[in-house]
Amino acid sequence: MELLFFYLVALVAVLSGILVITCKSPINSAISLVMTFFCLAIFYVMLHAPFMAAIQIMVYAGAIIVLIIFVIMLLNLGTAVQARTSHCIAWGSVVGALMMLLAMTFLKGGETTTVQGEITKEVVAQVGHTELIGQAMFTNFLLPFEIASILLLVAIVGAVVLTKREV
Amino acid sequence: MFTVTVHHYLVVSAILFSLGTIGVLTRRNAIVVFMCIELMLNGVNLSFIALSHFLGNMDGQVFVFFVMTVAAAEAAVGLALMIAFFKHKESIDVEDFNLLKW
Repeated sequence: MELLFFYLVALVAVLSGILVITCKSPINSAISLVMTFFCLAIFYVMLHAPFMAAIQIMVYAGAIIVLIIFVIMLLNLGTAVQARTSHCIAWGSVVGALMMLLAMTFLKGGETTTVQGEITKEVVAQVGHTELIGQAMFTNFLLPFEIASILLLVAIVGAVVLTKREV
Repeated sequence: MFTVTVHHYLVVSAILFSLGTIGVLTRRNAIVVFMCIELMLNGVNLSFIALSHFLGNMDGQVFVFFVMTVAAAEAAVGLALMIAFFKHKESIDVEDFNLLKW
């Protein structure tokens, strides 16, 4: 049953991923990308990571996609940019397919380690997923957390400076 | 046999990453290229969370959090760059992105 559901969600995720790269209009690509993000959020719930699913919906589907659609509508291009020539598309697809083949053979040959950490799904259900993330982020990953906050500050300043009138 | 293993998730993640790569290599609209990069980041995030769940370790999910932070910063700066470029050249075709070429 779970496997069936997984295949359904995976099918939708891959199909909407294909639509992202094949749609002519960028708006259609953006809507397909939202669908992919929702499918990934479903995967995160299936993997007992509800906080990550909520963040996925809020940050990706909520913030980033809204920003992208906003820019698409601001520039109002429609399908103005023409497609690449067909041999470019063929070579790009060959490279992508080669990469996927490589990853698949690696996955087929490899076996995951049997070493298990202490965070089982019982622990997640008992302590709470958000609490576990918070514990990890504010103890072991405190320095990266601070660096991420500086990165966000720099990004804010950079975005404001770049879109100023006299560039 | 009928349970979802970590391999299932990794295969989906590899497919999404490759789709993103194909999109980056074959599209000329800079915004679509940008969306394909987001698709690649999400493929990586999926494998991070799947491995984190199946290995019982929290570190992967914290990394996903940081990837999302970087993606948000990238969205802000990247789209600002595109708007500045569009004001300058009236185009967002990646073939026209040659300001640094002499």
